[in-house]
Amino acid sequence: MPVRVLVAKPGLDGHDRGAKLVARALRDAGFEVIYTGIRQRPEVIAAVAMQEDVQIVGLSILSGAHVGLTEKTAKALRAAGADDVLLVVGGTIPKRDVARLEAAGATAVYPTGTPLEALVESFQGLSSDARAPS
Amino acid sequence: MDDSVRSEAGIPLKASYGPDDLPAPESIPPPGAFPYTRGNFADGYRGRLWTIRQYSGFGTPEESNARYRYLLQQGGTGLSVALDLPTQCGYDSDHPDVVEEVGRVGVALDTLADAEILFDQIPLDTISTSFTINGTAAIILAFYVAAAEKQGVDRAKLRGTIQNDILKEYVSRGTWIWPPRPSLRLIADTIEFCAEGVPRFNAISVAGAHFRDAGANAVQEMAFTLMDGITYCDEVIARGRMTIDQFAPQVSFFFYTHGDFFEEIAKYRAGRRRWAHIVRERYGAKDDRSCMFRVGCVAGGASLHAPQARNNIMRVAYEALASVLGGVQSMFTAAWDEPFALPSEDSTTLAMRTQQVLASETGVARVADPLGGSYYVEALTDEVEGRVIEIMDDLERRGGMVKAVEDAYLHGLIADEAYRFQQATNSGERQIVGVNRFQTDEEMPEVEGYELDEVGRARQLERLAEVKSSRSAADVAATLGALEKGAAQDDVNLMPLLVDCAKAYCTLGEMVEVLKREWGEFVQPTVF
Repeated sequence: MPVRVLVAKPGLDGHDRGAKLVARALRDAGFEVIYTGIRQRPEVIAAVAMQEDVQIVGLSILSGAHVGLTEKTAKALRAAGADDVLLVVGGTIPKRDVARLEAAGATAVYPTGTPLEALVESFQGLSSDARAPS
Repeated sequence: MDDSVRSEAGIPLKASYGPDDLPAPESIPPPGAFPYTRGNFADGYRGRLWTIRQYSGFGTPEESNARYRYLLQQGGTGLSVALDLPTQCGYDSDHPDVVEEVGRVGVALDTLADAEILFDQIPLDTISTSFTINGTAAIILAFYVAAAEKQGVDRAKLRGTIQNDILKEYVSRGTWIWPPRPSLRLIADTIEFCAEGVPRFNAISVAGAHFRDAGANAVQEMAFTLMDGITYCDEVIARGRMTIDQFAPQVSFFFYTHGDFFEEIAKYRAGRRRWAHIVRERYGAKDDRSCMFRVGCVAGGASLHAPQARNNIMRVAYEALASVLGGVQSMFTAAWDEPFALPSEDSTTLAMRTQQVLASETGVARVADPLGGSYYVEALTDEVEGRVIEIMDDLERRGGMVKAVEDAYLHGLIADEAYRFQQATNSGERQIVGVNRFQTDEEMPEVEGYELDEVGRARQLERLAEVKSSRSAADVAATLGALEKGAAQDDVNLMPLLVDCAKAYCTLGEMVEVLKREWGEFVQPTVF
């Protein structure tokens, strides 16, 4: 069964070229991809993640509000009982914020300039880790 | 012919061009003559240089006001206001869902009180101000008119532009609020309002830039934008209250200039010619000024890259040169650190200096359309125009732009092109220095960015609370009530009602909510 991924854009930032490219590249790589569209509230993203039974939620944020929105989404996922869903974040992210995002609950961070193949490989690694028996 | 060498938009290119490639002389009359292929003005930039307009604004109105005054002191000739996302999407700073975004990518304007601070000590009768605002453009225009009148400036003297182009927001930029039909009505209201009482202000800047940044190529960018322009003009004309000559001079356009030097020049030349024909032939314009295609542009955007980021300085310089050779009326040059962060004062200044060097030192502005008559440039202009016409015809056949937005046809075209472009980059067919050519292990630079301070946010919230407690509740109720009533009737122009709301210190969010109750909200299709 293909791994299910939710690509999501929290907050008000409408730049979704990156999110759509990632969605399509992941689909081409065999993932089953759902895209939320822009301007989604963290609670809605968490609800969709549960409904669609995804393994990975990828947030795309270019407005600079990545730390707060990642924290909110992580919290919403926990509140929805989606503790086993991996959260990753991409976008206009300065290096100094990578640790803050990890602390906020991100398993992986993909700043601007991350090659698509590198991102796809990283998703493949994450999903096989997630499937390994613990 | 070997057609393996192509322009960025996929136009096959010959190894060289000659006299046989030139169009008939009558399709390239001198600059300043219809259909303006060679520029709007006979004397090119001699009469008026392009406007150097740097997009700027962040944090609180106080901080933005200080930055504007700095830019004007440094020789900037117009303001370009960046608004934060809550303001663009119709939320007040105290809305619980948006607290992360207050003052982040631009300045917050909740009420007239913020606008008064933003333009404090800036002479609105002599400076022109451009607002990148769409969903809430009518409300921001109301704030601007009200702020100017409080300064004692007659609205008839105001110069500037609101972007006010909602159709592309549904496709690419995303600051939509209401569905397309009532949004088009509000845009037509602003066009009429400006034509009647704010005659030097451009009520709309039809923007292809965001199609481009979302992935469209140069030809698609021009075609989609001209189609949007037609949609807005159709809307105003259909009301039967104005002729094209009464409002067309206040319609302007806005594009990205990316890296394919000659294709970009050809794009602007082709766009000018096409629009001139559309305005004369479709709408029967009698005044030649109505047929002029007034263009602002940005050099930068998605053509800038994060690896070896300082290379962006050169990219922007070449793009700025192409824009000037293409005959634009105003330009924003992006800062090299844009792929990472909001630009610092240093990088913003360098970007502005790029234009000043171009204007003062290179001599490219001395002669109108210096490339006119070039075998290659004229042939490419024709080729771009032909392809633009094909795309426009396809969209017309499918029922026009509103339909293409509603059924997500446009979203699909752009997503396909973005993906094609990305694959060409991955395969190396498209070469980008530092990305897939001449890479280094250089660490990404850690750039100075702007962090919204909690103090600034707190001050914004305090001011909003203060305004809400000190204004007249009766005036607020009366003006919002009049707005709601007006919105329910199709033949009422809402702009004067919005100005009344602004003067009563109604908040942006309150005005938006009233209109949402009447018109509902847009639901975005998600195609990738």
